[in-house]
Amino acid sequence: MNWLTNFVRPKIRALVSSKKDVPDNLWHKCPSCEAMIFHRDLEENLHVCQHCGFHMRLDPPKRLAMLFDPNFQTIELPKPIVDPLKFRDQKRYTDRLKDAQSKTGRPDAIAVAHGKIGGHAAVVAAFDFGFMGGSMGMAVGEGLLAAAKLAVLQQAPLIVVPSSGGARMQEGILSLMQMPRTVIAVEMVKEAGLPYIVLLTDPTTGGVTASFAMLGDIHIAEPGAQIGFAGARVIESTIRETLPEGFQRSEYLLEHGMVDMVVHRKDLRGTLIRLVDLLRRPGPGAEVVRLPKADSPERHMARPMPAVIPGGVAEPPRPD
Amino acid sequence: MHFLEFEKPIAELESKIDELRHLSDGGDINIADEVRKLQDKVDKLLRSTYAKLTPAQKVQVARHPNRPHCLDYIGALITDFTPLAGDRLFAEDRAIVGGLGRFRGRSVVVIGQERGHDTESRVRHNFGMAKPEGYRKAQRLMQLADRFHLPVVTLVDTAGAFPGVSAEERGQAEAIAKSIETCLRVKVPIVAAVIGEGGSGGAIAIAAADRVLMLEHAIYSVISPEGCASILWRSAANAADAAQALRLTAQDLKELGVIDRIVMEPVGGAHRRREDTINALGNALEDALDGLRGQDGGSLRHGRRQKFLEIGQKGLG
Repeated sequence: MNWLTNFVRPKIRALVSSKKDVPDNLWHKCPSCEAMIFHRDLEENLHVCQHCGFHMRLDPPKRLAMLFDPNFQTIELPKPIVDPLKFRDQKRYTDRLKDAQSKTGRPDAIAVAHGKIGGHAAVVAAFDFGFMGGSMGMAVGEGLLAAAKLAVLQQAPLIVVPSSGGARMQEGILSLMQMPRTVIAVEMVKEAGLPYIVLLTDPTTGGVTASFAMLGDIHIAEPGAQIGFAGARVIESTIRETLPEGFQRSEYLLEHGMVDMVVHRKDLRGTLIRLVDLLRRPGPGAEVVRLPKADSPERHMARPMPAVIPGGVAEPPRPD
Repeated sequence: MHFLEFEKPIAELESKIDELRHLSDGGDINIADEVRKLQDKVDKLLRSTYAKLTPAQKVQVARHPNRPHCLDYIGALITDFTPLAGDRLFAEDRAIVGGLGRFRGRSVVVIGQERGHDTESRVRHNFGMAKPEGYRKAQRLMQLADRFHLPVVTLVDTAGAFPGVSAEERGQAEAIAKSIETCLRVKVPIVAAVIGEGGSGGAIAIAAADRVLMLEHAIYSVISPEGCASILWRSAANAADAAQALRLTAQDLKELGVIDRIVMEPVGGAHRRREDTINALGNALEDALDGLRGQDGGSLRHGRRQKFLEIGQKGLG
C-alpha cells in the first residue's frame, strides 16, 4: 500500500461518489503530528503513528489482545456501592457514570483478564482512559484486588497497565482509600513470591502513580507517556515554575531512575515474555541457593556456630 | 487572635467586652454585669456557630493559623523528644518532622507534618508540603520503630505533597507509594491523627494506620475543595459547593468508616483553647495505643490490612 492507494484514491472517491458508502472512521488523525492514518495501518501498527511514532491510547480489549496469547478470558469484577457520597457537581455523578458506561460498554475504568503470555500463565489488569479519565474509584480498587487474588490463586504474575488521571474525585475520600487498598493488592502478589510488573502508559498520574503503579518489581513505560504525581498545570499554577523539556515523559522518568525501560509498543509483548520467562523459569542453578522459608528458624542463624568441645578443638559446622 | 469571616459577630462582641473592661478596671458593678452578660452571649454564639459549621467553614477552621500544629503537640505531649533528620539518600525535609520520644511513659516514634506558624517557620517547613525526601524519612523512621518494636504516632496536617519540578524528578509518587507500603508492612502499632488538614496522597502516605483519629473540625479529602471546584465547576469560586460534595468532615468520614474516632475540640475550635485540644488528643492517642497493646506483630499487620480492605462497604445515608 502506498500514499496513492491509501490516501488519494479514497479522497477522490469521496469527492466523486454521490452515495455515502464510506464510513467516517476509516481515517484517523494522529494527535501528535496530525498526519492522516488509514484504519488498517493503524491497527497493524498497534495504534502507533507510522509517521511520528506517537503511541495512541488503547482501550482494554485492544490492550489485552495485544499482550496475551489467543484465548484469554476477561473476568467479571465485583460491583461496589454506586455513588456512595451522592456526589453532585454541575452534573450528577450517577449520570456521568451512565454516560461513561454507555460510551465504553464497560461498568468502570478497568478490565481484568487471565490467560497465557508466551505460554506463561498471567493476569493482566488494564485501565480504560476513555472511562472518566481512567480515574480510580472503588470499582477500580476492587478490580485490582480481584486481579491480585486471581494471580495468587493461579500462581501467575500480575501485570498492571495503568492509564489514569488519578483518583476519582466524585468518590471523595473513598477514592483516596484505594491507594492503601491497591498497595495491599500488590503486597498479596509480592508475598506469594509472584512477579508484579507495571506497564506505564499515557497518562499515569496522581493517586494512581503514588500507589500501586510505582511499586512494581519491574517498571516498563511506553514511549512519550506522561507519568508523574502532580499535573503539569498544578505545578505551573501553584509553584510558578516553568517546566523543563520532556518533563514527566517516560524518557524523563528513565533518566531519573523511576522506570527500568522505555519500550516501543511493538516490542512490549516480547519484552514481557522474556521477563516473565527469566523470573519464572530460573533453571537448575537458581534452585540450589533458594533460602529457607521466611519464618523458619534456620533463616535467623543461617550457619550454625562451630561448637567448642573440651580440648579446644572446634567441631566444624555440619553441612545443611 | 485571628478571626474567621463567619466569626465576625463573635469578634465584635469580644472587642466590646475588651472596651468595657478597659473603661472600668473592675470597679464599676454595672459594667462588670454588662461584661458578664456579653460574655454569656459570646459563649452562646460560639456554641451555636460551632455546633453547625458548614463544611466550607470547617475548611477554614482546619487551616486556622492559630490552630495547634504538629510541633505544638510534640512539645506538649512528648518528653525527651529527639528529632531525627534526613532520608539518608538526598536531604533533610523539614516539612516532615519526626523522631524518638516518650509519650506518657512509653518510647514512641513520632512523625508529623509541620506547617510553621510565621513566615520564617512556614518557609523553613515548606508550608507542611513534603517532598520525596520527607516521605523517605518517614519510611526510615517507621522502619526504625519496627526494628525496636516501638509504636508509631503520626500527626497529619498538610495541604498535600509538594507539587514541584524538584519533587517530581526525585520520584514524589514513588516516595508516597513506598510510604503507604511501609505503613502497611510494619509489625508495630501505628496510630494516625488528622489534626488539621488531611490533604490527599500527601496525607495518606503517613496515615495507613491501625487507628485513625481526627479532630472534630479537621478535614481529610482526596483533593482540596478549591482544586475540586476548579476542575468540576471550572471555577475555584465554587469551593464551598465542592467542600459540601466531597464529604470531608470528621463526622462524614466516621460514618463512612474511614476514621475510627472523632476527638472533640473545645467550644470555638482548637485555636481558642490550644492546651485543652492538645490534652484531648493526647488522651485519645493514649487510648488508641493502649487498645493495640499486647498484639503480636503479624496479627496487628493483618488487622490493619483487613481494616482498609473493609473500607467502602457502606455509603452515607
